[in-house]
Amino acid sequence: MPRLSVWFVRASLLYLAGGFMLGALLLAQKGVPYFAGVWTLFPVHIEFLLVGWLMQFAMGVGFWILPRFGRGAPRGNESMIWGAFVMLNAGILLTASQIWVAWLAPVGRAFELASVLTYIIGSWRRVKPMVLGPEGLEVH
Amino acid sequence: MPTLTRWFIKTAFVCLGLGLIAGVLLGLQSTLNLTSMGAVFPIYIHLLVFGWLSQLIFGVVYWMFPKYSVEKPRRSERLGWWTYGLLNSGLLLRAIGEPVQSLQPNEIAGWVLVLSAAMQLAAGLTFSINSWTRVKEK
Repeated sequence: MPRLSVWFVRASLLYLAGGFMLGALLLAQKGVPYFAGVWTLFPVHIEFLLVGWLMQFAMGVGFWILPRFGRGAPRGNESMIWGAFVMLNAGILLTASQIWVAWLAPVGRAFELASVLTYIIGSWRRVKPMVLGPEGLEVH
Repeated sequence: MPTLTRWFIKTAFVCLGLGLIAGVLLGLQSTLNLTSMGAVFPIYIHLLVFGWLSQLIFGVVYWMFPKYSVEKPRRSERLGWWTYGLLNSGLLLRAIGEPVQSLQPNEIAGWVLVLSAAMQLAAGLTFSINSWTRVKEK
């Protein structure tokens, strides 16, 4: 697993833990009400699990397992994907900060959009058919 | 494919089916104006995102991520089974407790939801702990 995928997947595991923690607080509030204000955390719960966990995990695993190039950098322009990683996580944290400053939500979403577009551009050419050589081994 | 992965993936398929059935019920709610179906919505979402997508990922990660060591390639199998049990027990308790608490709130259903919350959180934590050191560079 390349280093960048390690960062993506470990970050996704942190968001998984954080998102589940918030979900548990919300569900417990439904069962035995203890503090109604906990519902302000609902958008953060959604953000952490859908973007922080599921989307980020998919991006990390995609960077790891998509077909590599035979010549040049095997996974294409890695700097671009690092940029996508940084923008995605900045976007998640900014979007989550909407619980304090409402206008940070669209700013965070814009970071997430920029991240995903960068990731798609950086990965586009890696979505390609596998070519087998005469001995049945993969040729790039 | 390890036995635990098969259980994760097959249970994820069941959750997918149940989630889509819940989706049909939600569709009926808006069509037939059944207000009592509102309690189904959170179950619908969690069956799909938690029971289907996350559980599928849990199973595949346990199977295919880099080995922890030669002796313990998947780190702790016991912790993996705890994750499986906690995740699905927690989801089941939620599916029972949430509609009841929504329609006829009572102390038992309330505490069922608290227990469900604790179990689902524990499932996420045990999975993260067991997977963390398997996420490594080759």
